[in-house]
Amino acid sequence: MRLLGFLLPAVLLAAGPALAEHPAECRVAENQVENDFRLPRVIAALASKRLEILVMGAGSSALPGADGISKAYPARLQHVLTEKLPGVAIKVTTDVKSGRTAPDALKAITASLAAAKPALMIWQAGTVDAMRSVELDVFSAALDKGVETAHAAGSDVILINAQYSPRTESLIALGLYTDNMRWVALQREIPLFDRFSVMKLWAELGTFDFFAITKKLDTAERVHDCIARLLSDLIVDGAKPVAPSPEGLR
Amino acid sequence: MPPISTERDLRLDLFRGLALWLIFLDHIPSNAVSWITIRNYGFSDATEIFGFISGFTAAFVYGRAMREQGLIVAGARILKRAWQIYVAHVFLFAIYLAEISYIAQSFDNPLYGEEMGILDFLKQPDVTILQALLLKFKPVNMDVLPLYIVLLLGFAPALWLLLRAPSIALGVSALLYALMWQFEWNFTAYPGGHWVFNPFAWQLLFVFGAWCALGGAQRLGRWLNSPVIVGLAVVYLLASFGIAMTWHIPRLGAFVPKLVGELIYPIDKTNLDVLRIAHFLSLAVITVWLVPRGWPALKSRVFWPTIVCGQHSLKIFCLGVFLSFAAHFVFTEVSNRVPVQIAVSLAGIAVMVAAAIVVSWYKRVERGDSGPRPPANKPSYAGGDA
Repeated sequence: MRLLGFLLPAVLLAAGPALAEHPAECRVAENQVENDFRLPRVIAALASKRLEILVMGAGSSALPGADGISKAYPARLQHVLTEKLPGVAIKVTTDVKSGRTAPDALKAITASLAAAKPALMIWQAGTVDAMRSVELDVFSAALDKGVETAHAAGSDVILINAQYSPRTESLIALGLYTDNMRWVALQREIPLFDRFSVMKLWAELGTFDFFAITKKLDTAERVHDCIARLLSDLIVDGAKPVAPSPEGLR
Repeated sequence: MPPISTERDLRLDLFRGLALWLIFLDHIPSNAVSWITIRNYGFSDATEIFGFISGFTAAFVYGRAMREQGLIVAGARILKRAWQIYVAHVFLFAIYLAEISYIAQSFDNPLYGEEMGILDFLKQPDVTILQALLLKFKPVNMDVLPLYIVLLLGFAPALWLLLRAPSIALGVSALLYALMWQFEWNFTAYPGGHWVFNPFAWQLLFVFGAWCALGGAQRLGRWLNSPVIVGLAVVYLLASFGIAMTWHIPRLGAFVPKLVGELIYPIDKTNLDVLRIAHFLSLAVITVWLVPRGWPALKSRVFWPTIVCGQHSLKIFCLGVFLSFAAHFVFTEVSNRVPVQIAVSLAGIAVMVAAAIVVSWYKRVERGDSGPRPPANKPSYAGGDA
C-alpha cells in the first residue's frame, strides 16, 4: 500500500485539479469521516456569508515551534475553508491549552463562546482525560454540558477524538473515552470527527509513519493539514441542507 | 447443603481458555485480529466470562475445602491464593516499567507532545511504584488482577454464607451492587479517579458464578432450557448486535431511536452495567443450550488447546498480558502490517498453549514425585485453578 501512496498523487495530478482537491495522502482516509447530522447554525452562517469557528482543544490541536500556530489544523482549516467556500468570510479562533481535560475545558467554554460568538465549536478531547484517568461519567457529563452550552449560545458542535499514537498505545487507555465521545455525539446528534480512526488507517496504509522518532515537523504538518482538509469536508457536508447521498462526502 | 458435582465440567475450562485468548487479543493495541472478539458484537466482553467462571471455580475448589476443613483453613487457602495473584500482579508491573522506561528513552515526535506527558510519572518513581504496590496505580490492561485480589479477600465470608443460605448470599451480593449504584461506591485510584473495574459491582458476577457452582446451576436448569428464555436471549443478543454495529458504522446510528440511545448510553463497564450483565447472561443461556455438559466434542483434540489454557488460568492470564506487551513491541519495532498482526496473534496463542502444556506437565511430574496428594487438595485439580 505504500506504493499506492506514491502512485496516487501522480494519478490525481494527471487527472486534473478537480480530483486533486486534497492531496491523495489525505483522501485515502475519506471514508472514515462519516456523518449523518446537520449543522443548522453553520447553514445559517453560510447564508449570511460569515462563518466563525472556535476550536476548543488540548495539546494535540497545536504544533510546537515558531510556525506551530500557522501549521496546526485550526489555522489550516481556516485556509482550506476559505478556498472551498469563496465569498464566505471564514474566521477560526482557538482556545487551546496543553494538558487540558474535558471538565477543565468546560469551565472555559462559556467565556470562549462569548468572546468568539462562533456558529461552530470544534471540541477536541479525550487524550488528556485518558492520561489522567478522569472519571468516565464526569468526562461524558462535561462533554454533554459543553454541547448544551454551545447550542444555547447559538453554536453547532463537532467533537474530535484523540490522536492515534502507536508508541503510547499500550500506556494510554483511550478506548472507553473514545466510546463515550461517540455515545455523546450520537445522543446529541452532532458529528464526531473520528481522528483516531483516520490516523489509524493512515498508519495501516503506510501513508504516514507515526512510529518515527524525530524532532522534525514535516510529517506532523502534513498530518495537521490533512486533518484540516477532512474536517472541512465534514463541515461542508454537514452544512448541505439535504440529506447526504449514500456515497457520503465524495 | 446442596450436593456438588465432583466431575470436572470441561465447559468451564473451555470458555475460560477462550476468554483468556480473547483478553490477550483485545490487549494488543490496534490489533486487526481483535475484530473477531465478542466485545465488537455486543455489550459484554471476555471480562464477564472470566469473572463468572473465576467465581464458579473458586466456589468449586474452596467450597469443598470449607466443608471438609472448616472456615479457617479454607479462608487461609483463599488468602494464599490472593497473595499469589498479588505477586503475579507486581511481576507484571515490573515488565510494564521496563517497557515504559524503554519508550521514555527513545520516543520523540512533535505530533505527540501531549501524549508524551504520560511518561512524566517516571520522574516520580517513588510515588508511582508505591501507588502500584498499593494497587492504586494500575497501568493500562492491568486492572483485572487487582479486581480478582479484592474479590478473593472478601470471598471467605461470602462462601461461608453461600454454603449455608445460597439465596440470601446472592441477595446480599445483589444488594451490594444496588447500593454501589445508589451511593457510587468505588475504590480510589492514582493519579486520579477510581478503579476501572469496580469491585463493588463486579463481585455480583463472581458471587453469581459461585452460587451456580454450589447448586444454583441445577436449580436454574429447567429454566435455562425453556424456549421462552432461549428466545429472549436470542432477541437480546440480536438487538445488542444491532446497537454494536452502529459503533462501527456511524451511518447506522440514525436507525437507533433517540429514546433508545438515551436509555442505554453510556454502557458502563466500570460499574458492570445491567445491559452488560444481561448480555453475558444471554450468551450463557445460548451457550448452555448449544453445548450440553457431556458434549463428546469437549474431549476432542479440537478444543483441547483451549481447555488446557483454561485449566491454568492465572499463569496463562499473566503470560497473556506479557505477550500483549511483547506483541506491541513487535508492532512498534518491526512492523505493524496486518499479516504481521495475524502472525503475532497466532504465535501468542501458540505460546499460551505451549506454556499451559508445560504447566500441566510440571503438575503431573510434581504429583508423581510426591506420591498421591491428600484428598483435600483434589478438588483444586478437578476445578482447575481458582
